Amino acid sequence: MLTKEEQHEIDEAIRIVPYKQAACIEALKIVQEHRRWISDESLADIAQYMEMSTAALDSVATFYNLIFRKPVGRHVILLCDSISCYVLGYEKLSAYIKQNLKIEYGGTSSDGRFTLLPNPCLGTCDHGPALMIDNDLYRDVTVEQLDNIFNKYE
Amino acid sequence: MATIIIDCKTYEVPLGKNVLETCLNLGFDVPYFCWHPGLGSVGACRQCAVKVFKDADDKKGRLVMSCMEPVVHNQHLAVHDADTIDFRKQVIEWLMTNHPHDCAVCDEGGSCHLQDMTVMTGHHERRFTFNKRTYKNQDLGPFLNHEMNRCIQCYRCVRFYKDYAGGKDLDAYASKNNVYFGRAEDGVLENEFSGNLAEICPTGVFTDKTLKEHYTRKWDLTMSPSICQHCSVGCNTIAGERYGALRMIHNRFHEKINGYFLCDRGRFGYEFVNAENRIKQPSINGDVVERTELETRLEKIMKSAKVIGIGSPRASLQSNFALKTLVGEDNFYHGVSDHEHDLAELAVRILKDGPVRTPSTKEIEKSDAIFVLGEDLTNTAPIVALAVRQAVRQDLSGEPEKIHIQGWQDAARKNLQQQRKMPLYSATIHETKLDDICTSANYATPEDIARLGFAVAHCVDHNSPAPEHFPEALQVRARSIANGLLAAKNPTIISGAGCASSAVMKAAANVAIALHKNGIVVGLTYTMLECNSMGLTMIGGHRLSAAFNAVINGHADTLILLENDLFRHGSFAEVGDFLARCKNVIVLDHTKSDSTDRASVVIPAGTFAESDGIIVNNEGRAQRFFQVYESTESIQESWRWIINIGKTLQHPKLQTWQNFEDISKAMASEEPMLQNIDEVNPAVDFRIVGQRIPREPHRFSGRTSMHAHIQVSEQKPPTDDDSPLSYTMEGTRIQPPSAMIPFYWSPGWNSVQSVAKYQHEVGGSLKDGDSGIRLLEANAASSLVYFQGIPEAFVPLEHHLWIVPTYHIFGSEEMSAKSASIQKRIPTPYLLISAVDANIYHLKEQDIIKVSIANISYSFPIKINRNIPVGMAALPYGLCDAPINALPEWGIVETSPLTELHDYVRKTKVQH
Amino acid sequence: MLRPLTSHIREDRRPLSLKEYEKLGGYEAVRKVFKSMTPQAVQQLVKDSNLRGRGGAGFSTGLKWSFVPLDAPQPKYLICNADEMEPGTFKDRLLLESAPHQLIEGMILAAFAIQADTSYVFLRWAYKDAAKAIIHAIHEASDAGYLGDNILGTDFSLHMHLHTGVGRYICGEETALLNSLEGKRATPRSKPPFPQVSGLFGKPTIVNNVETLSCLPHIVNYGADWFQKLSRTGDAGTKIYGVSGKVKRPGLWELPMGVTLRELLEDYAGGMWDGHTFRGALPGGASTDFLVEQHLDVKMDYGSVAAAGSRLGTGTVIVLDDKTSVVGFVKNLIHFFAQESCGFCTPCREGLPWIEKILHALENERGQRGDLKILEQHTRLLGPGNTFCALAPGAMEPLQSALKYFRKDFEQYIAAYATPCRSGLMNR
Ligand SMILES: Cc1cc2nc3c(=O)[nH]c(=O)nc-3n(C[C@H](O)[C@H](O)[C@H](O)COP(=O)(O)O)c2cc1C
Ligand code: SF4
Ligand code: FES
Repeated sequence: MLTKEEQHEIDEAIRIVPYKQAACIEALKIVQEHRRWISDESLADIAQYMEMSTAALDSVATFYNLIFRKPVGRHVILLCDSISCYVLGYEKLSAYIKQNLKIEYGGTSSDGRFTLLPNPCLGTCDHGPALMIDNDLYRDVTVEQLDNIFNKYE
Repeated sequence: MATIIIDCKTYEVPLGKNVLETCLNLGFDVPYFCWHPGLGSVGACRQCAVKVFKDADDKKGRLVMSCMEPVVHNQHLAVHDADTIDFRKQVIEWLMTNHPHDCAVCDEGGSCHLQDMTVMTGHHERRFTFNKRTYKNQDLGPFLNHEMNRCIQCYRCVRFYKDYAGGKDLDAYASKNNVYFGRAEDGVLENEFSGNLAEICPTGVFTDKTLKEHYTRKWDLTMSPSICQHCSVGCNTIAGERYGALRMIHNRFHEKINGYFLCDRGRFGYEFVNAENRIKQPSINGDVVERTELETRLEKIMKSAKVIGIGSPRASLQSNFALKTLVGEDNFYHGVSDHEHDLAELAVRILKDGPVRTPSTKEIEKSDAIFVLGEDLTNTAPIVALAVRQAVRQDLSGEPEKIHIQGWQDAARKNLQQQRKMPLYSATIHETKLDDICTSANYATPEDIARLGFAVAHCVDHNSPAPEHFPEALQVRARSIANGLLAAKNPTIISGAGCASSAVMKAAANVAIALHKNGIVVGLTYTMLECNSMGLTMIGGHRLSAAFNAVINGHADTLILLENDLFRHGSFAEVGDFLARCKNVIVLDHTKSDSTDRASVVIPAGTFAESDGIIVNNEGRAQRFFQVYESTESIQESWRWIINIGKTLQHPKLQTWQNFEDISKAMASEEPMLQNIDEVNPAVDFRIVGQRIPREPHRFSGRTSMHAHIQVSEQKPPTDDDSPLSYTMEGTRIQPPSAMIPFYWSPGWNSVQSVAKYQHEVGGSLKDGDSGIRLLEANAASSLVYFQGIPEAFVPLEHHLWIVPTYHIFGSEEMSAKSASIQKRIPTPYLLISAVDANIYHLKEQDIIKVSIANISYSFPIKINRNIPVGMAALPYGLCDAPINALPEWGIVETSPLTELHDYVRKTKVQH
Repeated sequence: MLRPLTSHIREDRRPLSLKEYEKLGGYEAVRKVFKSMTPQAVQQLVKDSNLRGRGGAGFSTGLKWSFVPLDAPQPKYLICNADEMEPGTFKDRLLLESAPHQLIEGMILAAFAIQADTSYVFLRWAYKDAAKAIIHAIHEASDAGYLGDNILGTDFSLHMHLHTGVGRYICGEETALLNSLEGKRATPRSKPPFPQVSGLFGKPTIVNNVETLSCLPHIVNYGADWFQKLSRTGDAGTKIYGVSGKVKRPGLWELPMGVTLRELLEDYAGGMWDGHTFRGALPGGASTDFLVEQHLDVKMDYGSVAAAGSRLGTGTVIVLDDKTSVVGFVKNLIHFFAQESCGFCTPCREGLPWIEKILHALENERGQRGDLKILEQHTRLLGPGNTFCALAPGAMEPLQSALKYFRKDFEQYIAAYATPCRSGLMNR
């Protein structure tokens, strides 16, 4: 069941499009904001609310990189793996993160704290390498800074 | 017309098509995947590349996807240009990077479009040396296998299943080179047309699971053109046999009826032919007898008996007519309930004498407004439902033309059209699978459906009678439906025997006639309950109750029952009593039933697969099905048995008949409604360059060894005295007339896509035209007047439920319900009632309700429905022993009510 | 030097409030247009200004607008493409975060020119600050009567909404963007019909880039001639250029259209890191061909860069230095494109992963003799027109030019490799 709050936010999104289903990506986003990821149950609830089949909604959900259909940790690290950050050595960061949090791309640390995902260009190429944790952007990141950055997140 | 230049040669071609279709029509082998004549173009696979040049001087040109390129005047094209050849080969190489090398064990192998295209483009060397992508497969239920690794991402499956057929549980997931086609999770594919995926998929992702149960390569099948026997639409099929078992059914293109598609009942319902409970030997009182024994015994019985015959709506015209001839006109009865008999006669009368034409499914697909009265089409006439869906999907707003979008530009058309659709109005007893596309869906009892229909007719033409005391709210609805229909150029009205109400059928006729009087080219379709209901009606015969009386009154003592389980057509007690009273019950049938259990003589009739015959569909189109194989047992067509019986009795007419053609000729001269029936297909001695038409492709293998375990030398194949088809691979390679195409094949085109080579133009009618002949045409000089006799509005009755039949694609039809795969999809029996009634009787979903119908008490688990009218119930046809044939009927509820219905009735009355 | 787009942007990049923006002449252009111009006149002005789309393709903005049937009934849509996901591209971010009112004003002008009544900003998910800035600015503008029904008392109405994407590069492709806005899988649509006639929800639609739209208030305020003269060359206006890679002062600068690559790299970006030498650069994002040493004096405008065999694209330069592996560099790009392929058409879906695998093999010294031939074939066969949209052809640009200019870098890995069959070795 979608919460009242979720329903309310989804209704707002529906209001600005000509028909309900056009707001389905918004709906996925909204529910993910609340629940961190879209479980099969959430998917079915949203589909019902949007008057779509689960198949049709999942078709949309699985297309997009940032709709999570598997559980994620309390914080999601999006590490830019695109060209400018490559030139500036993001691979050192990824190696360090993988080793220290003991996760691969797509994995979640065993304490459930972080999920690590590679992400295409974060649009801050003049300050690479860059990464985002949840809504926070970190630029000109060095391996040395990583521990301090991570410490900010419970 | 346009002049175009392909590879330096000039052609005259029609405008309005794309370059791919045009090239295929001209005989160019341009490879393709994502394009399908029934689905249009989306340009995903990039396989169909050709070159266009700016003009004659342009030597460089540019690659375009031919399926996305409209034909224009003076277009310069190259199909066999080095760059295009290169590119097309590369596309296959790309597809092959991940495609498994499993042709040898793939169900599709040898009839695979991907295989054909691979050979066609000349890709044969593997350069991709990395690992392949792998997917997990899903269990999709009893009909289809799923092998996702073979997928080439052409998107045809979703485009058919979702866009075309309105399916909700198949989709494309993920992206990049990880796109997946399937359900959200494992489970039965729910759409009634899922089986088409096996043909739509150009490779082996979706394949026929029932075929896999008794697998054989498709080229090893002995095949015949056949007609589906599982509803009144009469879809054209190809039926294939090997080693005496029917192995598969697939689509046989008929432009006017089923196009490229079949429903799942028609595709997978065939297994009853191979079922355990087939009757294979004649028996008398339960003992198997030799043929000669049978003949002498029958002769004895018949000579001293007063014989009547009961025909069947699921037997061919030939068999029914033969029986009628044997027993004489006065002694021939239609083996359907009186009610059904009357409904079918009404339909034939309206369509024969009335001013309105009954359209083909293709025409329904093109109608610009549709009104359905009382039919749950998806469950009673599935292909008609599919056609209705296509009609609704049309965009006739003129917008596409304004911005030059042609019909085949599927994606562009959809983007422009968005939610816009053609009007579809329906009035049914509860929700149907077409409701998602309905402009307005109304739920009512048959009486109130009829009243709405009469009201609509009255709005269209005030000379048509109006229902009395018609509530204003409904009047508004009637007016809006009438306006929608009046605004159309060629609307279609669809009704049928489904809700067992002649009033509904009459209301539909009034609507159609009223529109006709307004100068509108309207179509009127009636769907019937069985594959040959129309045909049986066209052969005169008496009502079933008269047969019962004949025996009770002593006018008859012996019954010949033709391919019929009478218990499906009358109450158990009445039919049981009738059969018990008959001294001799001689049943010709192919499958054991309650009737054969009570027979003294049982004669093994052929199913459609072992028979030749003609049946008449709901369009009034007579169509021939051909024997697929001769049974090795003593099974033969009913009509052949009857001819033999006639011979032993030295029956004056029957003894002159030798074969199928003789019966057909006799029928044409004796039955006024079947005058042209012998022209349904070419004569027995029809030959092409002196040769027969082979039932087996020339790739057929193993023939010399098939019987080697019995006899080393090859046996002489049977000869066919009833048709121009041969039972072997010998015969002409020239394309046969449409009605007699046993399989599709063309050099380099081994898959079902080869049907294109048999068509005038791809997607259009077969080269020889549409097969079958229409027996019902509108009567220009019609004297049919508006039907009167509008029923009273339905009023619920205390302690009663007005029980009406409802239908299931899987389960309601007799023979398909005996097929193993279909059985897995048949719902458990139930009685459908409204939430209000459930409340009154204090019942929850699945609780048992006790109802007495015609003095017999029944118990049903209930299903609660929010649309079905209060005071009414729906009983699924064919799913349980209850007397569906007696419906509609009041059922007395024996479960005690909690609240008094009385109150409710009073309240609703006040509202009226 | 005039910097109309960025001169009002603060050092700390905080956006101006509506009041501050108005004080600098903000929304004057809107008032002017409503007072004295017809939609046709605005279109003509923009055509005359020779403004070319800053989203990458460089198509004339005024001309594009003129394909919208002005008399078509509402709704019509104007969409700001703020999806900016092309690797190496970070210019729109600046305008979105720091000058939201300039963008909104531009959008009002564009919407007026095509008589659109609804507009969306399609913003990429990662731009959190931009989202805040835009929502705030939309509210301010609505409150001030610049957005909503009957703007400034005229009979023109425009509603504006922010849509944030959920991550896919292909959403930047304008027709895929439309599908995404409709709540569908973002696969591109075929053209024709062009969005101008059948776009969002089947209605006439214009999609313009952030930077393109941000130019409009200035064109309206100062005229077409003025805008032309901002440039040093035939392509009008200023351009926001950027440089990333191993240069001393990576960043963004608004400069006259047509500065040379050398100026950009040396004068603005401060030259290469010490100990590193320049080997080449992608002039305008990940989907442009390499320019090399010999091209350093090429003027960075549409025509000149094209003449040098590449594209101006987004004008954000990515520098390749001598310490970075060329094969690794290209592989990184191809990996991106393969990951971001929508999966709709065969060449892109199947071809890009194959290329990536070969580059990966090369990088790990497992090249095979036929590999370069296969790569070259792909650059040819994944060309424009062969795929459904421009993603795959874009991906081929750096690869084909790398094979041209840095062939030895690829060959060296093959020479080092001796075993004839790779599959036996690879155990992935
Ligand atoms: C794969 C692909 C990605 C694109 N991404 C963007 C983008 O992020 N932002 C953008 O403005 N244009 C992008 N474009 C270009 C747009 O399709 C479109 O041409 C542009 O938004 C038009 O705006 P303009 O005329 O103002 O340049 C992309 C094109 C392709 C093929
Ligand atoms: S080129 Fe790539 S991104 Fe574009 S349609 Fe084809 S698969 Fe999709
Ligand atoms: S058939 Fe033309 S692109 Fe697939």
